[in-house]
Amino acid sequence: MQKGPIHKIILTILAFIIIICGIPGPVAAAEQKTIILATTTSTQDSGLLDVLIPQFEKKTGYFVKTISVGSGQAMAMGQKGEADVLLVHSPAAEQKLVASGVGINRRLVMHNDFIIVGPPADPAKIKGIKSTTEAFKKIASANSLFLSRGDNSGTHAKEKEVWKAAGINQEKEKWYQQTGLGMGQTLNVAAEKKGYTLADRGTYLALKKNLGLEILNEGDAILLNIYHVIEINPAKWPKTNVAGGKALADFMLSRQTQDVIKTFGGDKFGGALFFPDAGKKVEELGK
Amino acid sequence: MDIIVEGLLKAFHLLFSLDREVLTIAVLSLQVSGLATMISLFLGISCGTAVALTEFPGRNLVVSIINAGMALPPVVVGLFVTVFLWRNGPFGFLELLYTPTAMVIAQAIIATPIVMGISLAAMQSLPKKLRLQILALGATRLQMLWILMREARLPLLAAVMAGFGGVISEVGASIMVGGNIMGYSRVLTTATVMETSRGNFDVAIALSIILLLFVFLINLVLTLVQQRERPR
Repeated sequence: MQKGPIHKIILTILAFIIIICGIPGPVAAAEQKTIILATTTSTQDSGLLDVLIPQFEKKTGYFVKTISVGSGQAMAMGQKGEADVLLVHSPAAEQKLVASGVGINRRLVMHNDFIIVGPPADPAKIKGIKSTTEAFKKIASANSLFLSRGDNSGTHAKEKEVWKAAGINQEKEKWYQQTGLGMGQTLNVAAEKKGYTLADRGTYLALKKNLGLEILNEGDAILLNIYHVIEINPAKWPKTNVAGGKALADFMLSRQTQDVIKTFGGDKFGGALFFPDAGKKVEELGK
Repeated sequence: MDIIVEGLLKAFHLLFSLDREVLTIAVLSLQVSGLATMISLFLGISCGTAVALTEFPGRNLVVSIINAGMALPPVVVGLFVTVFLWRNGPFGFLELLYTPTAMVIAQAIIATPIVMGISLAAMQSLPKKLRLQILALGATRLQMLWILMREARLPLLAAVMAGFGGVISEVGASIMVGGNIMGYSRVLTTATVMETSRGNFDVAIALSIILLLFVFLINLVLTLVQQRERPR
């Protein structure tokens, strides 16, 4: 006899679900001509792409799927033809991608810099040392805890480059720990464990208020953080959206975009997060 | 502690000001997980019932595979779905990677074994003689199935809750196959991960609270239905 009420309730729930599923939401966007942009987490986490991509979409009518992963993974996606254009910051790996013929038309977009942050107590006494490699040597000789991204990101690649330049084989050391996490999370781990880490300035500034970590080394030429756009060669991967990839790369280098990059984050962080570099050469940077 | 209070305030603010971005994210979460749950109910209850009511060689193996599937890690599902949907992969021609549809597929794969395992256990726990009795009273096979499902409705509703709870709270697969694209494939869990890595802890906590609220409300409705129908 209780058949009536259950049926009503079940029907109500079903109707509810169907209504929810039927709301014409973002699903409709799928038919547009899409571009897959594989990029590093810092461009997304800083909020820069949230400003630039909608402008590009409005101007050109393309729909951009921004996949924000470490530079290592972004380049792996490019290598396998799973992206149309890359915005990355891992120069040595980028050159390999171009040399393999998959990456084409690699162009300089912007730069900012990496910094070394650590606990205010500074157990390895690196504050005041100009050279970053010297600072790394001191961290090593003091056996102070150092947190590495350990995720093949551009930041991780830079950090390994500095260790190599310092002539230290850090991989197996006890004081060297790899988080395998993104920049924000790694900074949090460093803050909690009172360790040193190498970070991009943008992410550090964004998280600074909750961290309790200080900038202890900055300004060395080795710490430049350089972003390039790379298009994917359709001769290697025929399914690539060539026109779209090129349009997005050109957009990143356009006058208007470069002006946005120049002022982006100024009001929130008290200083620009990125410096536009379209048309410059890598050798001219940081001077 | 301050950050939690800030998060709570932010959650209220975002909810009551009907923030557009948050609404889009919340609605998409419900759409994707709701659809995935419905698919999993269809597949899970039918296959679960079939396995529960039949005997065949290797049945124990099949049951253990289903039960192991209940613990299927979302990231593993995400990884495999990604590889299959790559544009240069076997199903690349469908152009589904980084779409909400891909998220529904991945979530349905995660939820189906959960629903299947619980339905199987539910149907199996019904007394065997009940079937004979129903058939003896002249019911057709379909009528018998319907009556058995009605008998097992309490654990079956638990299967719905477990399946839905499993997918709406899942982040690994959604971020891999959906890509967390703003206004398109960003759901509550992936947005929470992103806001955390951006250092916007208040927004992240606000999104978590909205997610918890959803999960609670949906389970409340299902529980009310379930408990109302409790055999007295």
